[in-house]
Amino acid sequence: MILPDLSWILLIPLLGLGTLCVIPPDNISLIRRVSGIAVFLPFLLSIWFFTSYDPVRGGFQFIEKIPWVVPLGISYHLGIDGINSLLVLLLGIVSLTAVLISKPVTERVKEYHILLLTVIIGTYGAFLSLDIFFFYFFHEVAAIPVFLMIAIWGSDRREHAAMKLTLYLTLGASLSLIGLIALYHATGQNSFDLIQTQQYLALHPLPIEVQYWIFPLIVMGFGITLTLWPFYTWAPEGYAAAPTAVSMLHAGVLKKMGAYAIIRFGIQLMPQAAHVWMPIIAVLAVFNIIFCGLVALTQRDLKYIFGYSSCSHMGYILLGLACFNTISLNGVVFFMFAHGVMVALAFALIGFVFHQTHTRDLDKLGGMSQRMPFIAACFMMAALASAGVPGFANFVAEIMVLLGSWDQFRLPAVLAVLGLVITAIYMLKTIRLGFHGPLKPQWAQLTDAQTPLAKLPYVLLLAVLILVGCWPSFLIRHIGSTTNMIVASMHNSEQ
Amino acid sequence: MVTPLLVWIAFFIPLAACVIITLCALKSKSLSSFLAIAAILTSFICTLLIAVQIFNTHPLVEYQQSLPWIQFDSLTVSWGFLVNPLSVLMLLIVTGVGSAIFIYSKGYMANDPASPRFFAFLSLFAFSMIGIVLANNLIELFICWELVGLSSYLLIGFWHEKPSAADAGVKAFMVNRLADFGFLCGILLLWGLSDMGAGKSFELTRLASVVPYINPHLLQIVALLFFCGVMGKSAQVPLHVWLPDAMEGPTPVSALIHAATMVAAGVYLLARMFFIFEPSPGALAAVAYIGGLTALMAATLAVVENDIKRILAYSTLSQLGLMVMALGLGGPIQGMYHLTTHAFFKALLFLSAGSVIYALHHEQNIWNMKGLLKKMPITGGTFLIGALALCGIFPLSGFWSKDEILSLAYAHNTLLYLTASLASGLTSFYMGRLFWVAFWGKPYSADHSHESPLVMTIPLIFLAILSIVGGFIGIPHFLDHQDHPSPNILIALVSSFIAVLGLGLSYRLYSKRPVVDPLETHWKTIYGILKNKYYFDTVYSWYVDCIQQKLATILSRFEKIYIDYYCVVGLKNTTKASGRVLRYLQTGLVQFYALIFVLGAVFIFLLLAKSL
Repeated sequence: MILPDLSWILLIPLLGLGTLCVIPPDNISLIRRVSGIAVFLPFLLSIWFFTSYDPVRGGFQFIEKIPWVVPLGISYHLGIDGINSLLVLLLGIVSLTAVLISKPVTERVKEYHILLLTVIIGTYGAFLSLDIFFFYFFHEVAAIPVFLMIAIWGSDRREHAAMKLTLYLTLGASLSLIGLIALYHATGQNSFDLIQTQQYLALHPLPIEVQYWIFPLIVMGFGITLTLWPFYTWAPEGYAAAPTAVSMLHAGVLKKMGAYAIIRFGIQLMPQAAHVWMPIIAVLAVFNIIFCGLVALTQRDLKYIFGYSSCSHMGYILLGLACFNTISLNGVVFFMFAHGVMVALAFALIGFVFHQTHTRDLDKLGGMSQRMPFIAACFMMAALASAGVPGFANFVAEIMVLLGSWDQFRLPAVLAVLGLVITAIYMLKTIRLGFHGPLKPQWAQLTDAQTPLAKLPYVLLLAVLILVGCWPSFLIRHIGSTTNMIVASMHNSEQ
Repeated sequence: MVTPLLVWIAFFIPLAACVIITLCALKSKSLSSFLAIAAILTSFICTLLIAVQIFNTHPLVEYQQSLPWIQFDSLTVSWGFLVNPLSVLMLLIVTGVGSAIFIYSKGYMANDPASPRFFAFLSLFAFSMIGIVLANNLIELFICWELVGLSSYLLIGFWHEKPSAADAGVKAFMVNRLADFGFLCGILLLWGLSDMGAGKSFELTRLASVVPYINPHLLQIVALLFFCGVMGKSAQVPLHVWLPDAMEGPTPVSALIHAATMVAAGVYLLARMFFIFEPSPGALAAVAYIGGLTALMAATLAVVENDIKRILAYSTLSQLGLMVMALGLGGPIQGMYHLTTHAFFKALLFLSAGSVIYALHHEQNIWNMKGLLKKMPITGGTFLIGALALCGIFPLSGFWSKDEILSLAYAHNTLLYLTASLASGLTSFYMGRLFWVAFWGKPYSADHSHESPLVMTIPLIFLAILSIVGGFIGIPHFLDHQDHPSPNILIALVSSFIAVLGLGLSYRLYSKRPVVDPLETHWKTIYGILKNKYYFDTVYSWYVDCIQQKLATILSRFEKIYIDYYCVVGLKNTTKASGRVLRYLQTGLVQFYALIFVLGAVFIFLLLAKSL
């Protein structure tokens, strides 16, 4: 049996991208089909790789390495462990649904799909790369088309939002680039190889004075991607202006790249500095949770509500990152997955409503569940999942983060529990105003999602949320195999 | 011996019904109701078998079994059950009363096009409620606790196109969430304290064994935090405000969730977790006084209410207050006893009220009803039985359980005894008022209401029988296998006298059917305060509008002005300013460039010279 290589996950969408370039722009159905196939096959592969990753053996598996610029120590180097295999799976799911719900896009369809595939390839590449240089390269590949997509296919205030988002993210990227280069030089191994750097630093940790300055650069740089308070204001505005598929991908997956990078390059490579800086991160995390949660209370636009709520939820990820134990770290990775699926579902549904009503204003909507019961039911479940109702994956993630942080940061943990109350308030209010109550007469002509294909993306995301929420041990086995190692190495570094 | 398989079946079959209805039977009314009823009946039969098994086991033992749910190094969360007489009694109530209400719902919801959704939600509720009863660890308990809240939200807002129903659902969920904030903190705190050498644990039996070693002050905080959760679910003052509004839901829901089972979950939790309350006298006192306060306050509110369901809702509040008070006075057996009999007669009262509402096409105001006893003899008769049981008239079930609580209060705390007696007197008064106004006298001639179908009256009769015999089937004995002394004659006589007094007083005032409520004309001030429900809702909406929303607005303005402005504009200005400074370098004068060139060359030369 020939085992597929991880490279296929990158090559298939790349082939699709190449094919799209030569298809005439007016053959819209072919474009959609090609782009669908180009994300469907990697989706299957991501499931395959996730299930065939062996958590008992642990470590990096399915490694591929091709040296590229040898003098600088850059190589094309892919591999998965318990964390990124899960994130690749998340991207597989979200990218498939993002392409499926892109049907309403009728303007410049070819360019739209080319850019969308570029984002997806970049994100896959960043998660799969075990080379710091390539990680950064793919990270930028994913970031640039987002700017264009918001500016071209976006909705209200799109130029402003695209500009703001890009400025913030570029600032973050440049900070983290300085951090990564400093790390490269400080290590002095002349290698961008992550595994090699990891092994070297585990035995020869950097002097604390050096770590002390590199660590915040990396955390802040990637923290901006993760909407660390107070660098989050790009997110609600950017998501509101972005086309649905971009909101789904960005809020669902790209944002998590920040947390992923903080785990990989920050905590794992510089554990001593992490100990020093993390209490501050825990405090900022609480600001994320409470401040953004309260701001979400004042919002009337569906996308802004979910934008702020996702900033608020990133607080749980940050809080979990700030604690050095397996429970909270497992919670963080679980949270990335659960939140990614949930927020993608929410943005997809908002996109569905917006396509017909041309408004996302809660005061103008109302009683939608009478005309679109299926969409309303899905939306309710997404909102309740986000409010941490058990049965959905988000609850498991939240409870793990809370349990993990309880003994370490008591007050932040209590405030994080309070965050659950705040989330419930604005989510229920959203359901109440947007979907319940009497139907406004102007919405009498709306239609629900009818064909099975139209329902598929929502059902898929919802099924994942519920399945993982009811049977979390499946994911936890994978995540735990890696987080155990990280935490063990961190505790070694303490001694 | 208890057969584990029976427990698992009783536990999961309602969930299976919910899933199957959601996936396959959302279009079929008959199939969905059949599935839901079959599931709850199966669950009930299994529970009966378990009850027989546990009753025949001597001495008393607990059985538990669990399956791992989340497991990695130090953390184990399992999914299991812990069966003891207490949980079996509660399970009997949930599935038994539940079965009656499910069957009744088939008739009540027959004309509603969305009834399959109703049965799916109802089954979800049954599953989560059984989960609360059986859970053997705190996380499982909390999950089911939240799911119960969720299904309550869904069912209160079942007619979500009606704004009042949708609002009531949201209110119920939010109040419960707020209470669960305390509950979850309590769980986390207790978990953190439970490490006695063998690792932290959520398991109830393990926790019970480590409690004696925990710092009593911290344990007291844990107990109070748990009670926070109880105050939400069991609607104790000041978190009681959601329950009267919850009456917006369909009446079977009010009977099942907001009278017999879910609101009793808080009391059950107190009894189940009594081991953390027992060593904390301060927490127990708080529990007792809040219970007493709720009992009295809610009883006064019921006196001025005109909506038949809301009267019953306040009465539920008041009775829950009595149960909580009993627990606070250190009497889990007495509290659970009253919980059981209350489940019987309160479910009966609600279902009878539902039957009336069904017959009168959703009329709920008692002043628009008259002489229903003649029109609907079965409904009226069963309502009367329920009302007398609630008032504590000998020998109906309510008499026995209320007497136990009053004796307990008499023995421990005179103030609470007086409070409880006063609340009982008021109970008789408002139930009498409801009965005389709505059921007594000659019916309206234009009234064409008639008796409800059999599918609704048979559950009524079943519950009426339970309400009559509930005092004789040895419930306290089932709980602790000990002999209970016969009731204190003096207290029984006094409480009976108070009950009859209340009924008599209401007869005097209302049996002639005055057009205006005499209380309104004679006691204007008090009537006004009571009509405004002691201004709790006013205070809460003031808080939401003037504090919470204001704070949120201030923060969002802060974000716009400071974070956004200084970050974005600051960045812009820095870029601009640096551009402006750097612009001076580009003068266009060749001499200037030559100067820079020479300076640079000299600088490099100096550097080289230094290194040489």
